[in-house]
Amino acid sequence: MNPKRKQRLFIILGLVSGLGVAVGLVMYALSQNINLFFTPSQIAKGEAPSAQMIRVGGMVADGTVERDPQSLKVAFDVTDFDHNVRVTYEGILPDLFREGQGVVVQGRINQGQFVASEVLAKHDENYMPPEVTEALRQSGKLDQMMGGQKQ
Amino acid sequence: MIPEIGHFALVLAFGVSICLAVFPLYGYLTNQNGFCATAKPLALLQGLALAVSFGVLMYGFLAHDFSIKYVADNSNLDLPWYFRMSAVWGAHEGSLLLWALILGFWGVAVALFSRGIPDHMSALVLSVMGMIGVGFLAFMLFTSNPFVRILPFAPGNGADLNPLLQDPGLIFHPPMLYMGYVGLSVAFAFAMASLISGKLDATWARWSRPWTTVAWAFLTLGIALGSWWAYYELGWGGWWFWDPVENASLIPWLVATALMHSLAVTEKRGLFRSWTLLLAIAGFSLSLLGTFLVRSGVLNSVHAFANDPERGVFILGFLIVVIGGSLTLYALRASKVSEPGEFGWISRESFLLFNNLVLTVMAVSVLLGTLYPLFVDAIGGGKVSVGPPFFNAVFVPLTAILVSGMAFGPLAKWRQSDDPKLYRPLIVTLIVSVVVGLVWPSIVGGAYSIATAVGVTLALWIAIATGLDVVRKIAVYGGISATFSRIEKGTIGMWLAHFGVGVMIFGVVMVENHTEHRDVRMGVGDSQRLGSYNVRMTDLAVINGPNYVADQATFQIYQAETLYKTVTPQKRRYNASGMVMTESAIDSGFTRDLYIAMGEPLGEGDWAVRLSVKPFVDWIWAGAFLMGLGGFVSITDKRYRKRIKEEKSEAAVEGATA
Repeated sequence: MNPKRKQRLFIILGLVSGLGVAVGLVMYALSQNINLFFTPSQIAKGEAPSAQMIRVGGMVADGTVERDPQSLKVAFDVTDFDHNVRVTYEGILPDLFREGQGVVVQGRINQGQFVASEVLAKHDENYMPPEVTEALRQSGKLDQMMGGQKQ
Repeated sequence: MIPEIGHFALVLAFGVSICLAVFPLYGYLTNQNGFCATAKPLALLQGLALAVSFGVLMYGFLAHDFSIKYVADNSNLDLPWYFRMSAVWGAHEGSLLLWALILGFWGVAVALFSRGIPDHMSALVLSVMGMIGVGFLAFMLFTSNPFVRILPFAPGNGADLNPLLQDPGLIFHPPMLYMGYVGLSVAFAFAMASLISGKLDATWARWSRPWTTVAWAFLTLGIALGSWWAYYELGWGGWWFWDPVENASLIPWLVATALMHSLAVTEKRGLFRSWTLLLAIAGFSLSLLGTFLVRSGVLNSVHAFANDPERGVFILGFLIVVIGGSLTLYALRASKVSEPGEFGWISRESFLLFNNLVLTVMAVSVLLGTLYPLFVDAIGGGKVSVGPPFFNAVFVPLTAILVSGMAFGPLAKWRQSDDPKLYRPLIVTLIVSVVVGLVWPSIVGGAYSIATAVGVTLALWIAIATGLDVVRKIAVYGGISATFSRIEKGTIGMWLAHFGVGVMIFGVVMVENHTEHRDVRMGVGDSQRLGSYNVRMTDLAVINGPNYVADQATFQIYQAETLYKTVTPQKRRYNASGMVMTESAIDSGFTRDLYIAMGEPLGEGDWAVRLSVKPFVDWIWAGAFLMGLGGFVSITDKRYRKRIKEEKSEAAVEGATA
């Protein structure tokens, strides 16, 4: 093998093994950092793992938002119209957070309650997060919602 | 009547782009110069038609022509004129028209500034750009026509522009970003043209290099503007969210950065040719993928407005044609690409190869993280999301590796560069950056942060190495003015950009590790400490804006006992849509931003208030600005304006010396 070919071979081997290692590490990091999505019904049935970061999507149930008068603590129910999950959160809620609106919360289950570290409501009132659509479809309540909600 | 002119112009542009795609290519393949010569006039005509079409839509917004459905959906009688102009690209149809307009613009630019390129080559380049135009204009006309009318009963008023987009940031962010996205199509077209013609020598690298650099510079500024907009408008003070749509712009940026560097090797040494071609294809394909991700609504993102999946199918089809077609051509021709010349294990080539390797891995990992949820969903694995922890875990170490190597490349010589003397300036750089980096967290105060120490060391490493390179060049050329008048402009651009990377990293490290952040409950008369300041809410009032009503709080910021500044964040409710928006109050400074935003009313006149001190946050965008500036400086180099004759004589010289 002439030196030029040899160099090219080394470079290609280096590239392939480098990329292989990188992809392997990336996949490992992915497996450690994905957040699974659950519907309120799945949580009510105990299908969701506790102590692991997960996401829950649904509608904010009417008349369930309660605020602590002294602090920024707030609690509300997320529903797919079959089951509700009680969510507690401390911090500022997004501008589009409202009763009867779709919401996705990220956090952990702790003693039957969902302790949210992040509350996401989308910034277009006609937009429904796909996870919420999915949750409502699974509970069979999507059509009834779509009456009042443009998609 | 006037909207029909816009519609007609769009159809005309579609027709012209078909001609542009077909005639020059036919002329090239059959060796008929007459057909090749149609390329430039057709490109100009296409640009003109698109400009007319775009102008008509803008006129529709300015004149409140609510018979145009797009105007009725995205404007309002109360909307100020400057937002009516930017509303043209505030939603799907109009932003596609902007995309097409910019494609037309780049076509015109290639037609006008390609005098140094043989006619048959520029004909092929414009033909490829014509093909892209056909795809996009067909997409617009068949699925997303912005000139659809509501007749005969046009509404008296419009639904208003999404309040989030009623912001100066949105006037500039999308055009800049699209200039970058679509600008990569020029690099793509040059690569395709060279593959079609089989002329795979290094000259195409010189031709496509300024186009790639300028597209990259626009992309850099576009992404930075988007980040800045997110910072004060929607992010509650964050500057990057690893949102799929942000990633969709970052991935082509990473590939374009790699392409810029590999083009340097191809131009100067004739190496990495097939790799450079592949990067050019990947860069544009990924920017199309970005458009697909944004416009199809397949990803859950802050940018995902109500979308139509059928449009996504069209773009996906287009994407498959572009990627499939270009890769097929590549596969057929790449084996013919010769790679003359060799390079040593330690040489500028090897450092640039390292740069390309790391940047590619970065792009691939961001791509994997972004598409992973789609992939899992497609195989029935349920809904998952990949958040910032993943991206930070992968991206931050890779950036550190990349930056470590960045200081070596500019010092190294082409071919062989293993003389240790060359790298002597790096000893000083290393000592200074490590010492200052280790001391810095103690100066900042608070708990000692190792992340800060490492990050500041890296930022200084690249900044000082760049500075020493400037000093070294000045010594070689003998004087500052002599250096800057005689040196390649690309070198000055490289200095600016590399220094910008250092500035940006410093900003990122400081913001991420030393932001003071509190959410508190405040009413009129309440005081809170904020860094070294005291913040007192002194007033709450209701303000009437042009198209909104706002709750406005007045905060007085005291430094010690003296009043430093009075700021007025707002919580706006837009009349037409009923949407609520937060207008934060930001006091920008060289070393820190003070950030105050109103959360939500808590009853009894109290509000949730977010208070932050963000150290050095503006350095992030200053760094990005330096990078973009570096790009623009690079393309002013004289050698990009050479005529064909000089090119020939130089090729002869190169042939003689090689």
